[in-house]
Amino acid sequence: MDLLIANARLFDPENNLDQVGDLLVSNGRIAAVGSGLAAGNGVRRIDASGKLVLPGLIDLHVHLREPGQEYKETIATGTAAAAAGGFVTVACMPNTEPPNDCKAVTELILNRAKEANASRVVPIGTMTKGRAGKTLSEMGEMAEFGVKAVSDDGDSVADSGLMRHVLEYAKTFGLVAVQHCEDKALAKGAPMHEGINSARAGLAGQPAAAEASILARDLLLVALTGARYHAAHVSTAESVELIRGAKAKGLPVTAEATIQHLTFTDEACLTYDTKTKVNPPFRTEADRAALREAVADGTIDAIVTDHAPHSRIEKDLEYDYAAFGIMGLETALPLGLALVRDGVFDLGTLIRAWTSRPAAAFGLDWRGLVEGAPADLVVVDEKRTWTVEPKNLRSKASNTPLLGQDVTGRALLTLVDGRPVHDEVDGTGSGGRTGTVGAN
Amino acid sequence: MSFGHRHLLGIEQLSREDILTILNLAGTFKEISERRIKKVPTLRGRTVVNLFMEPSTRTRVSFEIAEKRLSADGVNISISTSAVVKGETLLDTARNLQAMNPDAVVIRHSAAGSPHFLARNIAASVINAGDGSHEHPTQALLDCMTIREHKSEFEGLKVAIVGDISHSRVARSDILALSKLGAKVAVAGPATMLQPGLETLGCTTHTQLDSAVEGADVVMMLRIQKERLGGESLFANSREYARTFGLNRKRLDLLKPDAIVMHPGPINRGVEMQPEVADGKQSVILEQVANGVAVRMAVLYLLAGESEGA
Repeated sequence: MDLLIANARLFDPENNLDQVGDLLVSNGRIAAVGSGLAAGNGVRRIDASGKLVLPGLIDLHVHLREPGQEYKETIATGTAAAAAGGFVTVACMPNTEPPNDCKAVTELILNRAKEANASRVVPIGTMTKGRAGKTLSEMGEMAEFGVKAVSDDGDSVADSGLMRHVLEYAKTFGLVAVQHCEDKALAKGAPMHEGINSARAGLAGQPAAAEASILARDLLLVALTGARYHAAHVSTAESVELIRGAKAKGLPVTAEATIQHLTFTDEACLTYDTKTKVNPPFRTEADRAALREAVADGTIDAIVTDHAPHSRIEKDLEYDYAAFGIMGLETALPLGLALVRDGVFDLGTLIRAWTSRPAAAFGLDWRGLVEGAPADLVVVDEKRTWTVEPKNLRSKASNTPLLGQDVTGRALLTLVDGRPVHDEVDGTGSGGRTGTVGAN
Repeated sequence: MSFGHRHLLGIEQLSREDILTILNLAGTFKEISERRIKKVPTLRGRTVVNLFMEPSTRTRVSFEIAEKRLSADGVNISISTSAVVKGETLLDTARNLQAMNPDAVVIRHSAAGSPHFLARNIAASVINAGDGSHEHPTQALLDCMTIREHKSEFEGLKVAIVGDISHSRVARSDILALSKLGAKVAVAGPATMLQPGLETLGCTTHTQLDSAVEGADVVMMLRIQKERLGGESLFANSREYARTFGLNRKRLDLLKPDAIVMHPGPINRGVEMQPEVADGKQSVILEQVANGVAVRMAVLYLLAGESEGA
């Protein structure tokens, strides 16, 4: 179906586009960008006055839980949540059961994503077989099937010799090595950041050095191997400095920060609300300031959600025993827009960190809001306020510290190849159940 | 008497006035324990559940005696729990307890914040009897009561707390309570036992025992809690610990002449404290135990006894 989005603010900083105008979608592509465009017969016309049209958002770090933990999330519910959050592409971590360490699992994920018919899925393979940190995974075959990056997700490869080979082997197949940097011997599985607030809470803390020590080692190995390296959810000021230094030396390094680490600090943990328990943990005010500055100056390439849906079985527990992670695909956009409203960085910086720059980091095809490009876009109502509660969420989960709160900003329409994967343009305005997921 | 709290989750939530309210009331309850008939009908018909999810003898017995002396019906539940051996969840335990409508639940648990979790999920008053390495408010209150019986003023009092501060809920609650009351608290131990950020609780930190205890009015020695170290190596051995951080007769000379020596028990004799110090005339360790009953009576009365349903 062809579609004319009229009178919107068309915003694509990578292509220097910021104008009020119209955008015509035809045959899955952007047919025209301009003003006074006419809707022909059979073309759906959307009056988007006062709305924002962005290139579809890209999230390099989500957990879709399938195969193996379908009670938390499935590829269908996870990609529906992505679509509702304005994301056209999500890269899913391989910590499934079994882990995505061979083409059979990769193929299953891609088939389920195709059936779900919502946002696009880019599977991340493991670095090592079974994520066990012992032997290399089948990176060559996974790359043939569409894997762009490899990671052992929550488990950094501890063995430095093996990590060197991971980088070399990933380089062989053009894959990006994505590391969750955590020295387990130092972090000890502690549920929060080590500092003033862990002293107050009486909870064990992970020192900031647990992250930076692995990152520092890895950057030395990147220099040794020349492999493409991407630091996952960077959370400390020390890590930011290391990335900045590596980039200055010209190392092939990119980095991401989560929207929640840009928003919250470890003070949130003082409530013992397990919906504040994430890994890496929320850090200090100074760390958050360093992350924000790093996004603003481009040291951090991508903003991610680390969408980590859990059921109440993992979260309705004592803080020490609860699982790490919060869901985030549907709450990312309002949090990001809030940072822009608060003057933390400008809209262009936010959108580049959610579109062109993550695409570049993982080597994904990307063109943006230009004529002839695939119609991957999102129409956003920046002013719409909605309540974060299960009935307004498409994810199976609701493990977010924002649960029950009002947030402002919501995707009204998300197109993947011109196909509406989320559509609440004609909705009542209160929630997320009004659209038609996967309609074509 | 005003006490605007439904739960006792920690010292953190209490004001200086709240603490003094409890101490004053404990002072009047202490007299009951000295009578021949050690029982008053104050909490008759009230049900108190002692939910101990971590081994404890003295705290549990102290609460039980406090409940009996106030004529409350105390029920003991001991459940051993750990992250590895999963039985019923704490949430389900809370809901089951609530179904039996207790007036108060006294909880001891190995995970910090568990009383807070319970309080969010139960209508009864929750009393924290020790949560992980976080707080042990009734211990701090009995410590303050004991100190007040020997020292007229908290203001300006020099208190040293020695041992594994990082893993000590007693230390955390004592630091908070004593600093709220105006005392100057110094903590000491090897750096492996002094986690970053302790100063923000209201104390100075010292890696030399002598600098912490010099001129002190009160010295509190903590038990080296091997069971909470999770296999971590925090000191070389007991012999070296006793030499570097133990309290012996020679070190007593550094204290003020009228200083008192305290210990939350149980004591590792010969490790953190030499027997002649533990049994010496400056030791008030058994007074602490006696005051524990009085303080717990006061807390139970304030939370389970007053206004509601009276």
